[in-house]
Amino acid sequence: MTTLRVPVVEKILSANDRLAEQNRARLDQCGIFGLNIMAAPGAGKTSTILRTIEALSSGTPGSPIALGVVEGDTAAVTIDADKIIAAGRPAVQINTGGECHIDAVMLSGALNQLPLDQIELLIVENVGNLICPAAFSLGTHANVLISSVAEGDDKPYKYPNIYRGIDALIINKIDLLPYVEYNLDYFRRGVELLNPGVLTFPLSCRTGEGVERWVEWLLRKVKRET
Amino acid sequence: MHELAVTESILNIATRHAEQAQAVRVTVVHLVMGQLSSIVDDSVQFYWDMISADTICAGAQLHFERKPATLQCLECNRVYTLSGELSDCPDCHSARLKIVSGEEFYLESIEVEAAQEPPRQDALTSIREDAIP
Ligand SMILES: Nc1nc2c(ncn2[C@@H]2O[C@H](COP(=O)(O)OP(=O)(O)O)[C@@H](O)[C@H]2O)c(=O)[nH]1
Ligand SMILES: [Mg+2]
Ligand SMILES: [Zn+2]
Repeated sequence: MTTLRVPVVEKILSANDRLAEQNRARLDQCGIFGLNIMAAPGAGKTSTILRTIEALSSGTPGSPIALGVVEGDTAAVTIDADKIIAAGRPAVQINTGGECHIDAVMLSGALNQLPLDQIELLIVENVGNLICPAAFSLGTHANVLISSVAEGDDKPYKYPNIYRGIDALIINKIDLLPYVEYNLDYFRRGVELLNPGVLTFPLSCRTGEGVERWVEWLLRKVKRET
Repeated sequence: MHELAVTESILNIATRHAEQAQAVRVTVVHLVMGQLSSIVDDSVQFYWDMISADTICAGAQLHFERKPATLQCLECNRVYTLSGELSDCPDCHSARLKIVSGEEFYLESIEVEAAQEPPRQDALTSIREDAIP
């Protein structure tokens, strides 16, 4: 019997990364822009998606945009997917079976259930969690985090990893600013440490304030104008 | 927590490489983990003991090497190691920083017992029995 040391040097989540690349290739082939939305539970992921659907249905120059939604939840519920379908768009519900995030395998399965040849924008609502989704790339073109002012201004300091990998940041529920203790400068300073220069979109899904600017950015991405 | 998914992935990678090396048993798995990767090693060890039973990795010891986080200031180029939480540049207090290291999370190597000399000699390093603690 001999004892050997076998060099490996393989990223732990490399299998997920490879599948994410396949998802990306598949989206690219269909000309779809993939958007991964991450946030804590209740931050306003579904509300933002509904606002976005509304804006991309009519009114916004460049609309309508054909889009599909993947809803991730840890439990076997279809509450969010039902809302999307009620808004007239195709939606697939992923039940992660207790897992705290969607991974590339799950997204791949969901893509099989969507009319990919008919959509231009794919929105993924990740599982409400500020830690785990950050580690699992899906193959989407942009990762967006929603932080609501109701969660407090210290979240970048407490959940640094998720702030590092994002392409844009939505600050939701700004209609609540008069009622909560929230220092926007302190929040922004934390974000700046983790992700210098990241685009931020302060908005309110309740009043609609700021939604237009967010949708304009998204639309430019979908149309591959930036 | 996604430690279970992470542990399954570790088991897959270790098993694949052990089989390639025609090992009969994996004794140690060396993992390198940056300070900024949010993995709880106790949980990984817990899941590992559960899911590696009845595999070639049963009883293998997980060894975690922690890598400190190193940042570089994009204003003054100062490179510094993080002690506690993320902080701005100690020299010029700029918040424009680049992470140089600390995010890595990979399986570095495995120690295995092989019944015979494996075929791919070039990729393998023998360890003297007496060098193992
Ligand atoms: N005041 C206020 N409430 C909001 C806003 N956006 C969402 N909410 C509420 O926050 C709760 C959670 O929203 P939801 O979109 O389901 O969050 P999700 O869990 O991230 O998908 C709901 O009761 C929403 O009505 C907002 O901009 N302002
Ligand atoms: Mg939701
Ligand atoms: Zn500096």
